[in-house]
Amino acid sequence: MSSWIPLWLHKLGSPPTFYRFAGKLRPWMLALAIVLGLVAMYGGLVLAPADYQQGDDYRIIFVHVPSAWMGLFIYAVMAVSAFIALVWRIKLAEVVAMESAPIGAAFTLITLTTGSLWGVRMWGTWWTWDARLTSELVLLFLYLGVIGLYHAFEDRRQGARAAAFLALIGIINVPIVHFSVNWWNTLHQGSTVRLFGPSTMSGSMIWPLLTMMVATKCYYVFSLCSRVRADLLSLESGKDWVRRIASEEHPG
Amino acid sequence: MTVAPPPLLAAASLSFLRQDEPVFGPLDFELHAGQLALVEGDNGSGKTTLLRVLAGLLHVDAGELRWRGEPLRRDECAGEIVFLGHQLGLKGDLSPRENLRIAAGLHGTCEGTNPERALHDVGLAGYEDEPVRRLSAGQKKRAALARLRLVPATLWLLDEPYANLDRQGIALVNRLLEGHVAAGGAALVTSHGAVSFHGGEPRRIRMHA
Amino acid sequence: MSQATLGRACAAVLQRDLTLAWRRRGDIAMPVLYALIVTTLFPFALGPENALLQRIAGGAVLVTVLLAMLLALDGMFRSDIEDGSLEQLVLAPQPLALMLGMKILAHWLTTALPLIVIAPMLASMLQLPATAMPVLLLALALATPMLSLLGAVLVALTAGTRRSGMLLALMLLPLCVPVVIFAAGALAAAQQGLPWIAPIAWLGAALALALVLAPLACAAALRIALDA
Repeated sequence: MSSWIPLWLHKLGSPPTFYRFAGKLRPWMLALAIVLGLVAMYGGLVLAPADYQQGDDYRIIFVHVPSAWMGLFIYAVMAVSAFIALVWRIKLAEVVAMESAPIGAAFTLITLTTGSLWGVRMWGTWWTWDARLTSELVLLFLYLGVIGLYHAFEDRRQGARAAAFLALIGIINVPIVHFSVNWWNTLHQGSTVRLFGPSTMSGSMIWPLLTMMVATKCYYVFSLCSRVRADLLSLESGKDWVRRIASEEHPG
Repeated sequence: MTVAPPPLLAAASLSFLRQDEPVFGPLDFELHAGQLALVEGDNGSGKTTLLRVLAGLLHVDAGELRWRGEPLRRDECAGEIVFLGHQLGLKGDLSPRENLRIAAGLHGTCEGTNPERALHDVGLAGYEDEPVRRLSAGQKKRAALARLRLVPATLWLLDEPYANLDRQGIALVNRLLEGHVAAGGAALVTSHGAVSFHGGEPRRIRMHA
Repeated sequence: MSQATLGRACAAVLQRDLTLAWRRRGDIAMPVLYALIVTTLFPFALGPENALLQRIAGGAVLVTVLLAMLLALDGMFRSDIEDGSLEQLVLAPQPLALMLGMKILAHWLTTALPLIVIAPMLASMLQLPATAMPVLLLALALATPMLSLLGAVLVALTAGTRRSGMLLALMLLPLCVPVVIFAAGALAAAQQGLPWIAPIAWLGAALALALVLAPLACAAALRIALDA
């Protein structure tokens, strides 16, 4: 009975199967992302009470924090598929890793932007060398390095393999950067404004946050499905299954 | 009754893909010790790619390579294969002698030869200490051929060894090949031109674009 | 017949790269000159106030040296790829990681070592107190090999591409952040008369790890980059 899992995975790993699977999954994920996103927005912006210290300013966390989580989560997904791509040379894993990178970079950029907006209200400055913001900036550079290396190669599969290797080096680097930046921060900065104090968040703040987290995950799956589908079509443009799709959608 | 030894190198439905388009293959051939094979084909038929796959610079996409009957493992046959490609692997700032010393350091040297003698054999006596970048294209090729003469190897993979060479140079390549084959070595040579080879009729591997 | 031994192969690669560097002595001087120019610019930009210069001296020298090394990093494998000698190295019956380790060593000797030698001069131009000088040299001695090793892996990854200068800087930045933090941290601590051994120990530990892992990663990266 145990052998059906690899077989099932193996089938899903073949481009035509995944193309169809992703096509079916895509609209559902988008719908789920929109609905959950709206619910979370309503919960976060309307239902949740204002913070006794930060007033309404804190509400940006309903975008900021889920994006920060996604930045790291997508990097982890990218690294896992990069590993699979390097070890087993599976084309789908290469595509998933490479198409995750821009989405992850976008989420990281959102995190940095919202963090900076928040900083204006809280610290009175657009940028501060806070340990978390700095780590986030380094994460953005890691993403940009992977994207840049991927596009520097003429052969896309070779570029994907090289960039996958870089993504793996990066995953070792992320905790080291985090540790060193924390160390550096305590060395240089006496007081950092703590965004989440020891005070516990109330349940009315937590559920919109968690809902938004699920919504961003759904959006990621939707976006990844769309990007991977487009990429598979162009990578496999010479194959029969792509020709069939082309002739079905544009007969004649 | 003796069992015939397995071929030195055997390829079974070997092919290589670039962007999912086959560059060559599927290709089947066997090469025994003491044999010379000519890889023939037009420009773009994948001769160079084949040699790079055999040398281990490119991975095998489909099919199988066997070395002395066993599935080929790079760490086991690394010292037995030498590859001479379009890029000769010579440092322009170093002299032929220095270039060969590096090769000797990396690969070791054959019985009864040294960099100086190898250079003499390929007709570069007197140019030992000239920087390679000042040599002519043909002389550079000869310096690269001297490496074949110097380092021990069973299988030679030569990509267009006749290019840039004059009549004597071509005779030199043939002489080197004959000596190598007679000593029990094997060689795979690509060429898109006609080659006259004196040591018997070579095997031919035909490649189609 | 003489067998190729590991020691002889290592010596051959090391000697080759050092000879090549010696034949192009001018190239060795370039990073040194670059570091000198950048250091000269700091007082012009910040003003010749000794106290201010003294405060930034350690970090400025470190960053200058790192940038100067980045300048030379791009060329680590370039000529070897162009003339095919890298292919020959990959095909040689020697452990590729070790051979690449020798190349990295040669690169460090020809680019980083001259920078370390002039670092005290750069530091005194910026009024770094003499007491912090040994710590600067120690930090550089540990940080520059890290950079050569990490840089080599990235250069190997870009071996199959044409343009790589800016890309290399982008890829190297996240990797050298911890190196800069600890090296500069040790210097700052030394300047303030605080114990500086902890960051130096971290750097040393990281270097020990990189010495083992980076050549292996470099070999793997190179095989990926050449496989097309």
